[in-house]
Amino acid sequence: MKISTSGSEMLRTFSPQIEHTSKGEKMWITVLVATIGLALYGLYLQIFKGHGVTGMRDNVIWGIYIVNFMFLIGLSYAGAIIAGFLILFKVEWGKPLIRLAQLMTLASVIVGPIFILLCVGRFDRLHHLFIYPRLQSPLTWDVLAVITFLVGSFLFLYLSLIQDFAVYRDSNLNVSKWKHNLWAWLALRYTGTENQKRLINTSRNLMAIVLIPVSIMVASILSWIFGMTLRPGWHSTIFGPYFVVGAIYSGIGVLIIITWYTRKMYHLERYITPKHFDYLAYMMLVMAAGYGYFTFSEYFTSWYGSETWDAQLIDKLFAPDEYGWLTFFANVAGVVIPVIFAAVPKLRKPDNLMVVAAIMVLAMWVKRYLIVVPTLETPLLPIEDIRPEYVHYTITWVEWLLTFGGVASFFLIFTLAGKFVTLIDISDLPKDENVKTQNQ
Amino acid sequence: MERNDIESTNQRRGFLKTAALGVTAAACGSAICACGGKDKAESEKVVLLSPDGELVTIDSAHLRPVPKTVHVTNEEARQGIPGRKFVMVIDLAKCKNARKCVTACQKMHHTPEPTEWLSVRLMKDSPDAAPYWFPKTCFHCDNPPCVKVCPVDATFKRQDGIVLIDADRCIGCKFCMAACPYSTRVFNWSEPEHTPEVSCLEYSPETSTPSRVGTVEKCDFCPDMSRAGLLPDCVTACPNGVFYFGDQNEDVVTNGDETIGFNDIIRDRGGYRFAEELGTEPRVWYLPPRDRIFPVERGLDDLPEEIKNRYKDVIGG
Repeated sequence: MKISTSGSEMLRTFSPQIEHTSKGEKMWITVLVATIGLALYGLYLQIFKGHGVTGMRDNVIWGIYIVNFMFLIGLSYAGAIIAGFLILFKVEWGKPLIRLAQLMTLASVIVGPIFILLCVGRFDRLHHLFIYPRLQSPLTWDVLAVITFLVGSFLFLYLSLIQDFAVYRDSNLNVSKWKHNLWAWLALRYTGTENQKRLINTSRNLMAIVLIPVSIMVASILSWIFGMTLRPGWHSTIFGPYFVVGAIYSGIGVLIIITWYTRKMYHLERYITPKHFDYLAYMMLVMAAGYGYFTFSEYFTSWYGSETWDAQLIDKLFAPDEYGWLTFFANVAGVVIPVIFAAVPKLRKPDNLMVVAAIMVLAMWVKRYLIVVPTLETPLLPIEDIRPEYVHYTITWVEWLLTFGGVASFFLIFTLAGKFVTLIDISDLPKDENVKTQNQ
Repeated sequence: MERNDIESTNQRRGFLKTAALGVTAAACGSAICACGGKDKAESEKVVLLSPDGELVTIDSAHLRPVPKTVHVTNEEARQGIPGRKFVMVIDLAKCKNARKCVTACQKMHHTPEPTEWLSVRLMKDSPDAAPYWFPKTCFHCDNPPCVKVCPVDATFKRQDGIVLIDADRCIGCKFCMAACPYSTRVFNWSEPEHTPEVSCLEYSPETSTPSRVGTVEKCDFCPDMSRAGLLPDCVTACPNGVFYFGDQNEDVVTNGDETIGFNDIIRDRGGYRFAEELGTEPRVWYLPPRDRIFPVERGLDDLPEEIKNRYKDVIGG
């Protein structure tokens, strides 16, 4: 199959990555695998000793596992929404970012659900979800939503990859036979005829149209796991849109980090320009404003109404000796700083944005923690328990091990994906003046 | 369930209007599980009420083991007892935090010490209000938020009003615990330590025992006792007759000594349900703590330090 000159240039850029694994990469992969190994040990302890090895207890029944789940699954929805919009609206500049957004979805949609399973006391009974399903439960909705999204996002990614697979198959990349055969098999005998092109385009657009509303729905369903309960800080009508905006927002943060890293790593300055970071920053600005607005509405209405139960939570969130500093961090680093750096042209530089995005992503993780834990520590009847672990949640090392294992899995999936596909779509590059297309 | 299980005596307990029919051997709480079929090594004295109304002390070794499990199928356990609508009335004016209900419940369900399905809380509704003792069971709500959210139908509402958990079905997602606004439910964070006798008991959602690791459990209103025509153990264990248990269809509740009309007492004593505004429709009613029998401080007497410390936030110090 013929590809553009810029496409083959791009393929050359990525070919060392696909053809060999450098020493540095091997070390990186070893570190990731070792981290995952440690996490598996934590998992072993949790399964065989019970959930007592975690910091979760009868009041704080969910801890950082569900925080990680919310965070990661939010990333996957964000990736799908961003890629969907870029494809659907044929955004020329966005083309080099589509693959990255989709790979972010892939990695997080695989790792995310593992964390909701870690909240479940009986692994051996997960099939009960399918043999005794109850449609009234928001958890059943979530199971259906996550499975739907998983299948949808895989299809979406695959449809965007078929043309590239055909290119890899027809290229002279020096790779082992199995990789070549797998490409050939995955390319589905694509040769680039008009009809094939049309079919792929149509189905990819269709998938984008489907996935955008699906992502919004599944992010809302996730929020309803909390929103449908009677607890302060959770039982809120804005929780659906709040989670949708929060997911897209943190997704943009991670996308900025990934884009920055890919650009540096493969010297893609020609394809990923400061303009791209500007656009990402604009998206971040809009989402930060939206997220800040939602947070403000949440806190302001419950503070002003000051119903006893709501007020207890607000006090806890803002008291300096309780969650005050975390709340401060989550909102300053998570909203204020990103807004400033995205709004002021002087500050809006790729390197700055990368740092700001990294802090913002951490702040957004903390924000999820602040949604989950303080509410659970504020039951209607004040906790009358003198066992400290039943009063306050403390993250145990087992939970940290599994969390780092999850982060390592995310990077491992991303790294391994980069061994198999180019991190930028080479058959659908933006048509700018530097690039002369040779087919048609 | 067999009638005469005890050699020296048996105990009669009236149950609602069926008191005459509901005569059954009791001392269930102290009965040894039949499962192991072994005699208790140490002898323990048990005080029982004889048919003539006298208290007799006998050696527990003379008690014949009674299988506590009432054999009902899972289907029956999910349906409930036909024609019943169980209700509980808790008289806050009589409670002095004797904690007999708590220990009786723990004994009956073989739950280890710190786990309390039934707890006695010290309530103080506002800074100027007088504190009072507040025994809290599961409220067996008619609009139960916990049942709504269960993804596998492991917790369910029965026709007789009781909310139960099937620990063989529960996947341990704890969503019900998040949904319950009353902190009623507890989770088995590690493998429960049971004696061999308890471990080999046949599990039923009606007995909620033996506990299973990684599953949720809670106060079950002792439907196995009701099936046997007996009152829940917390009701009979209370020395002050705080708990009234009964059937709303029959409009009658009893604490074992006194049987009264449910509607009458709710009307006359200003009965209320806790946190009515949440719309959960609890089946447990409270009678306000007016004309109290005991000063609230009495409840702190002889309490172990670790339990007394629980109430520090309310009593100060």
